[in-house]
Amino acid sequence: MTTVMQPHVQDARSSLLPVPSRSRSLLSIRDLSLPDIAALMHAASFLEQEDPLQRAHRLAKRRVALLFYESSTRTRTSFELAAKGLGADTTLVSALSSSIEKGESLKDTGLTLRALGAECIILRHPNSGAPYLLERVTGLPVLNAGDGMHSHPSQALLDLRTILHRLQPKHATASIDESTLAGITVLITGDILHSRVARSNAQLLPRLGARVILCGPEALLPEYAAEIGPGISVERDFAHAMRSAQVVMMLRIQKERLAGLELNLDDYIANYQLHAARLAEDAPRALVMHPGPMIRGLEITSEVADGPQSAIEEQVRHGVAIRTALIARALDAMPEAASA
Amino acid sequence: MSQRGRNRIWIKGGHLVDPVAKIDAPRDLLIENGRVAAVQANLKIDAQNVEVIDATGLVVAPGFVDIHVHLREPGQSYKETIASGTAAAAAGGFTSVAAMPNTLPVNDSAEITQWMQAPERGAQARVYPIGAATVGSMGEVLANYEALRDAGAVAVSDDGKPILGDETMRAVLRAATATGLPVIQHAEDTRMTGGCSMNAGALAFRLGLRGMPIEAEAGIVARDIALLRELKDDRAHLHVAHLSTKEALDHVRAARKSGLHVTCEVTPHHFVLTEEAVGEYDTHAKMNPPLRSAADRDAMIEGLLDGTIDCIATDHAPHAAHEKEQEFERAPNGITGLETSLGLSLAVLHRQHGMPLAQVLALLSARPAAVLGLRAGTLAVGAGADVVLFAAETEWSFRASESRSRSRNTPFDGWSLPGKVHLTMRAGRIVHAELPSALQG
Repeated sequence: MTTVMQPHVQDARSSLLPVPSRSRSLLSIRDLSLPDIAALMHAASFLEQEDPLQRAHRLAKRRVALLFYESSTRTRTSFELAAKGLGADTTLVSALSSSIEKGESLKDTGLTLRALGAECIILRHPNSGAPYLLERVTGLPVLNAGDGMHSHPSQALLDLRTILHRLQPKHATASIDESTLAGITVLITGDILHSRVARSNAQLLPRLGARVILCGPEALLPEYAAEIGPGISVERDFAHAMRSAQVVMMLRIQKERLAGLELNLDDYIANYQLHAARLAEDAPRALVMHPGPMIRGLEITSEVADGPQSAIEEQVRHGVAIRTALIARALDAMPEAASA
Repeated sequence: MSQRGRNRIWIKGGHLVDPVAKIDAPRDLLIENGRVAAVQANLKIDAQNVEVIDATGLVVAPGFVDIHVHLREPGQSYKETIASGTAAAAAGGFTSVAAMPNTLPVNDSAEITQWMQAPERGAQARVYPIGAATVGSMGEVLANYEALRDAGAVAVSDDGKPILGDETMRAVLRAATATGLPVIQHAEDTRMTGGCSMNAGALAFRLGLRGMPIEAEAGIVARDIALLRELKDDRAHLHVAHLSTKEALDHVRAARKSGLHVTCEVTPHHFVLTEEAVGEYDTHAKMNPPLRSAADRDAMIEGLLDGTIDCIATDHAPHAAHEKEQEFERAPNGITGLETSLGLSLAVLHRQHGMPLAQVLALLSARPAAVLGLRAGTLAVGAGADVVLFAAETEWSFRASESRSRSRNTPFDGWSLPGKVHLTMRAGRIVHAELPSALQG
């Protein structure tokens, strides 16, 4: 009914600012079409194999800011290495060593970075949706490096690349379409409620034909989680779900986001820990993934994390290639060969 | 304006809709000394000593009454003042507003209640303060209700800070009843809504936002009704503020059938918008209670159509731009509403759902006045001349930048709405006029 009454102005507030093209930012995995995803996968492979000296000319001396309101090891380092690999100057602003500590707003922090010449901002933030605000107020391309419980699109892309390389090597550089992952079931287990990684993967992988099963106790996985997109189902029985999975992705319990929620960890471990016996019994050939950080002995045992089925370190390596492609895209430096 | 020194106004040629007097017909209105002196078709008087207002093509109706606004004074005049908030009220056709006590300091005293009503505040509408139910709205010690009432308070409420403790709520109901004041409850079990910023459900889950469950509202409404019933006192009156869920509405409906004095209000945004308006974290779609599902929105419309919902109230909640231009979870709750209430009500209730115009206008005037026992809502001879003149069908575009409010936090910027207010009069004094050509005095 609202369309009847709001014909002219979509959002008068944003019209004052240069509207950034969504084809350069990446705020949510939902922003990407299948051709966009294919182009990114091609670019990731192309740039990964490119002569490093040549690659470093692509964004020589251009400025990329990393704005991190939450701690991070993998994401921050790989974004930084990716930007530097393209020749860009990077600067890191983290909440604890900047004026953010003095109460400076996200808007003012973003405008400050823009004034200092930043052409792209990579943002990690504890509040869901913060990248939308930053993009709106700065007009710069923004890459979401994880916002609250909402989205972590570069993680979903690197997970996709990991899955393609392991399960469908011939597809890894071939076409990306709605049947690329046909017949593949990806089981995501653990603290789904607080996980931006789970949300991003659950909204990405089914578009390529995969089935996604979300698994965990009611307190960490509400029934309506299955409604956020097609191809998603909820399963409480971990062993049962494992039997149909080709990929088993484990998640950490995010203690920092539990917000008063009480969880019996002994019960949790008994029901949902991925340990060697369970893996051998129910999914002896499945690929084991984890976005990190892992809490060994809680959601996963060392034997599994370090075992032959684990792709956890590969995920990290794919992160640099994917983030290189995302930064190149944000600054209009996608290799031409990749978009062909 | 130009009527200074004159005390007779002739509103001529309009279509009068007075739901109380059951008039919905062409009528002239004669106003003398701030009161209605005559209501008559084709009034014939000597035009010499009278100011004539040509109301041809306009609806003439009792000035609107909003029993839920936040005027932010004392303490937060950067968001709104009593003068600016009531100017926005007048622009929206409102001549009476009831102001919630969550000011700084909280209005829990006769002094603040009187201060808010002082002529120095420059109010353009009648301001009826609502006193805090508990001292500082801290939910512990009851405020002095007699002192508040004697100073002009028309109800008690801890709006924004629901009264959770059963014992406290019991005592509040008992004391308010003894003082003859209604109790207005913001029904939200805050033990279930910590850190939440929108309606619970799949959409909140997808956006990664913690959601407020329906039970948080419905549970408190059910509890309050049970306490009211327990009181066994016919004079006791519970009013549920900004009702937003079907479940809570069902509780109110059942309580009224059983004879309890329970009333409720709904805001325009809760019968116009759904949670989908959050879109890409638009903080102008962040309010408390949150925008709900389409099923809840439809239940609000049904409750308005069948009369279970007593009135429309805006919950006008101004906030500065820098406060709303924040991360969604950090931005304050609420939107302005005084200037869009008529237009949205006409668009959705009258046009889309066929509610008779008189019924829409009653929901905006006589019925809210009745909830709080205010003298307003009719243009019968002898009544105070609180009058609104508006063009019922003409489309106009609401521009937040042109708002009379100090704040611009509205999701309705740029919306095309029916019901352009052309003139608002309080006690015979023009407090808002938008078409100089309508004045021919």
